[in-house]
Amino acid sequence: MAYSIVGVGSSWGGLAAMSKLLGALPANFSLPIVVVQHRSRDSDRLLAEILQDATDLTVSEIEDKEPLTPGTVHIAPANYHVLIDDGFLSLSLEEPVRFSRPSIDVMLSSAADTYGPEAIGVVLTGANEDGAQGLSDIVKRGGCALVQDPRTAEIAIMPHAAVKAVPSAEVLPLEGLAPRLIALSRKRAKVRARKAV
Amino acid sequence: MAVPVAEAPSSGAEPDRQSFKPDLERIEIELLLEGIFRHYGFDFRAYAYASIRRRLWKRIEEEGLSSVSALQERVLHEPEMMEKLLLDLSINVTAMFRDPGFYQTFREHVVPLLRTYPFIRIWHAGCSTGEEVYSMAILLREEGLYDRSRIYATDINEVVLQRAKAGIFPLERMQEYTDNYIRAGGKRSFSEYYTAKYGGALFDQALTKNVVFSQHNLVTDRSFSEFNVILCRNVLIYFDKTLQSKVHSLFYDSLAMFGVLVLGSKETLRFMSHEDCYQQIAPPEKIFRKVR
Repeated sequence: MAYSIVGVGSSWGGLAAMSKLLGALPANFSLPIVVVQHRSRDSDRLLAEILQDATDLTVSEIEDKEPLTPGTVHIAPANYHVLIDDGFLSLSLEEPVRFSRPSIDVMLSSAADTYGPEAIGVVLTGANEDGAQGLSDIVKRGGCALVQDPRTAEIAIMPHAAVKAVPSAEVLPLEGLAPRLIALSRKRAKVRARKAV
Repeated sequence: MAVPVAEAPSSGAEPDRQSFKPDLERIEIELLLEGIFRHYGFDFRAYAYASIRRRLWKRIEEEGLSSVSALQERVLHEPEMMEKLLLDLSINVTAMFRDPGFYQTFREHVVPLLRTYPFIRIWHAGCSTGEEVYSMAILLREEGLYDRSRIYATDINEVVLQRAKAGIFPLERMQEYTDNYIRAGGKRSFSEYYTAKYGGALFDQALTKNVVFSQHNLVTDRSFSEFNVILCRNVLIYFDKTLQSKVHSLFYDSLAMFGVLVLGSKETLRFMSHEDCYQQIAPPEKIFRKVR
């Protein structure tokens, strides 16, 4: 079973980190990427434009029921949660989680619920603890967890919380994340023993 | 700085009750929703799956249960549990002049069209507690169109409709609404439209003179008139694609030719077969005109 999706979350300091990460991925990267970057309620499409300037991948600000597309960076719009469904994305105005909407936890948990061992979750720099729960859900369901090394993060709180919640997560310096994602995208996921029902 | 890269397997945690059995979970959820529909009449069967799953699990965890099936037993046998779940499943997020840019664009691009009609029929589908209905009424009044307009404001939920009718909104949100109103191109002082009363902001009752609040279920009910404008913002995002498409047929059938359909700012017709029937007016706002 190969990986099917990458979910990436970032907060404070995320714009620079996300630009660097996405900028190091090739245009033919084979997985869809869903990005939640915390942002103000009223912010517009500028984030998508900035990230588009940084990467060869196609950047798209998510519209409801948008299909997941390989090599596309699907960005959570301001003030909506993003839920990963089977092959597409749904938006929701459910209440903020840990004061955040979009919430990294909501996005990553839905990746875990839908894609299980085929999901990769990545947590980058940030000044809160969003993402830790979602990353933990991904690992519980057999998926793969990557965390930016807190020592290379502009603000270490978020990656710290992620590592604390998921001690088995791979901790990599920012510049190590893209090569690892490329390798994972080519690799077959660990074969999970099928449990007898 | 260099950090040792562990090639260790990333799934060290023991799979717990949440171990990955998506097919089985789907069966359980479909059975629960079918049970709710047949026993209580609430139809969530075609709601967007990932979102409904998340909200069901929130209730399951809050009740200290461990599976959807366990929740099913409680919900079917205890009406109080259904009540709780109903609250979990309804999302009533709204604000006056929500997305001010939309109202600004509506004034610039839709109002001139409406001026050409002797009588204007508007359907606000999924109006929730009514904030956006009052916003539209204010806009129409300021543009001199209110007296020849009728707004049909509908929602599935009778409780929120009662609140919409009352027209009392939290005072503490008036600052935010005033900011929205100004950015939406408001022409007067926002405080002229309400008085502080009953611990809230009571809106001018003349604003609802031409508003009909009524219960309507987008999932099961049919068209009830022909409209010049249909507003349905951030309602269809909770439906799956099949139900969205069904509701779009309903909207299409309910719109007069050259009528205007308004969706939420992150909703689209791109993935719908009705896309070709509409032209988008003034993108990026999601205002579409029926052209065929």
